[in-house]
Amino acid sequence: MRDTPPATRQPVLALRNIRKDFGALAAVDGLDLDIAQGEFFTIVGPSGCGKTTLLRMLAGLEVPTTGDILIRGERVNDLPANQRPTCMVFQSLALFPHRTVGQNIEFPLKIRGVEASKRKSKALQLMTLLRLPQDYYQKNVQRCSGGERQRVALARALAYDPEILFFDEPLSAIDYKLRKTLEKELKDIHRETGKTFVYITHSLEEAMVMSDRIGVMRGGKLIQVGTPQAIYSLPNSKFVSEFIGDVNVLPVELGGDGRLISSTVTGELAAPNLPQSFTRGYLVIRPEFLRFLERASDAQNSVRGQLYNEYALGSRIQYQIRAGEQVFVVEKLRQQAFAGHRDDEVLIGWDAKDSILVSN
Amino acid sequence: MNSSRNKEQAGSSARRLAEQAAARLGPGEKTALPVLIFLFIGFAAPLLAVIWYSFMPPRTFSFTGVPTVQNYQTIFQSTSYISFLWSLSLAALTTAVLALICYPVAYAMVRVFGPYSMLLTLLFTIPLFVSENIRLYGWVLFFIKNGVLLGTVKHLSGLDLQSLLFTRAAVIFGMVYVYIPFMLFPMTLGVSMVPAETRDAAFDLGATRWQVFREVELPLSMPGVLIGSLLTFVLAVGAIAEAKVLGGQKVIPITHDIEIAFTYAQNWPLGSALAVLLMAVVGALVLLVLRRFDLDLLLGRK
Repeated sequence: MRDTPPATRQPVLALRNIRKDFGALAAVDGLDLDIAQGEFFTIVGPSGCGKTTLLRMLAGLEVPTTGDILIRGERVNDLPANQRPTCMVFQSLALFPHRTVGQNIEFPLKIRGVEASKRKSKALQLMTLLRLPQDYYQKNVQRCSGGERQRVALARALAYDPEILFFDEPLSAIDYKLRKTLEKELKDIHRETGKTFVYITHSLEEAMVMSDRIGVMRGGKLIQVGTPQAIYSLPNSKFVSEFIGDVNVLPVELGGDGRLISSTVTGELAAPNLPQSFTRGYLVIRPEFLRFLERASDAQNSVRGQLYNEYALGSRIQYQIRAGEQVFVVEKLRQQAFAGHRDDEVLIGWDAKDSILVSN
Repeated sequence: MNSSRNKEQAGSSARRLAEQAAARLGPGEKTALPVLIFLFIGFAAPLLAVIWYSFMPPRTFSFTGVPTVQNYQTIFQSTSYISFLWSLSLAALTTAVLALICYPVAYAMVRVFGPYSMLLTLLFTIPLFVSENIRLYGWVLFFIKNGVLLGTVKHLSGLDLQSLLFTRAAVIFGMVYVYIPFMLFPMTLGVSMVPAETRDAAFDLGATRWQVFREVELPLSMPGVLIGSLLTFVLAVGAIAEAKVLGGQKVIPITHDIEIAFTYAQNWPLGSALAVLLMAVVGALVLLVLRRFDLDLLLGRK
């Protein structure tokens, strides 16, 4: 899908040991990151993980306590937001309510002293790019719908012609269906403009749809950076694996023979590749990798349990299986639905290669 | 026997009518009724009385005379317009001076002082607990010859300056002083209503601090400026004490003419007519301003 892997391209944005303290609290706690030219990079984390503070530092609205921010190799720590070649789309969108759609989009051009006719043609061009009807030029922004205002905010940021665009959860206040449409649209706009996008969100699902690479943030630190595929299939911690959605996590210890012993499941379990110096941690199995078995020998690991409930998730069906204190979730495509009933005794299992071991 | 039955019938039909009327009123209307009655007795009735009185024959004290426009004719033939102009221009000047003084203070209270703005608010409100007249006489003691200001200057430098009292400037000073809270607090609210992210966005889009102020903060805080200005203007047109206490007889506002008509001249209908005219002029000006600056539009609600 990607033309060139990000590592071989010149980083347009580089963070070197960035830190931001608010009193005794380190909102951003020593962070290093390279973002490549033209990349769509998403930072994901729960509320309060420091992602908004990080983005505000990158935009120039906050000054880092220590560390460097480099744009094309130049240190920009002391460059205020209005002089950086970057632009931000805010969570509230921060449109100017007393101005029309056209005036909002033209704002950065007006500031630069671009003449009115050129401003208008640029605004109309951006409105076409963002699928906004031309007659919206005279419309008051307050009268636009949520999705339209989203597009106005993006058009205004693009009018600034920044090298890097920052997004501070702009889709969080939008209903699910429209959000799904706008996520894809944003990725299309990214492709059409070729600009570098840095996006923050608390939804890993949203990040997966759009991003070239994702950084998962927790407690002011980036705990994993990788492609959506890598984050999904090779999470490096229980936190990352659980962040993406429903997942089966078994607390395990390494037994003497290289097999795993779990406190919640009886019997020994076959282990996948062990992380370095692993002694205890968690075994993570994605719900789609669990299978319903005829016989225990059909998979390397098996657990007997009771089918407690099933949930229809559109194209997939999720089953809840209770085995003692351990609750498993199993997902099947609708076409491969399991022919079982509530309270049926079932046997589920997985192969070691379909599970991941993490230390913390 | 018959008559008592009739009475009973009449009583029951009246009760029925009252019940029907009560049933027609929703719970909202019922609960609003006491306030409506109070407003009518306390606010609308005196106003209607003054309006009615302005059409009574001059120098009469009764509500039952034959209505006439004689009072209005008298006013239009007199020099009352000078007092009108004085009141309106003093109020306009007070409003303009206050707008210029209060905006920076309001801005600082919202953006600079933060937690200390509560203290400032108190400092501005506490004087309101003292009667306006007492405060104005305080200023007389301050400005009078050999008073706090001039006495101190004389003692320190030997300069014997003329008193600032009983000048037009003193009247303006007094009005600006008295009406500060009515301009400052709506303005503070107006400035605080500008969202931080909107200012950040303008700055991030390349605007300088001054451009952020001119393009975003000032227009978005205009509702506060407008409400403060209207409030100040309407109150200042009715000012009388400042001109009396600090201005001596240098300036005669229309309120003074109204007071004279009601007291010394014993011409209530004339005083009423002056009051009605003042209300009409101020009302028309306020409506004009409100039409020119649509509050909803300024607030972005349209």
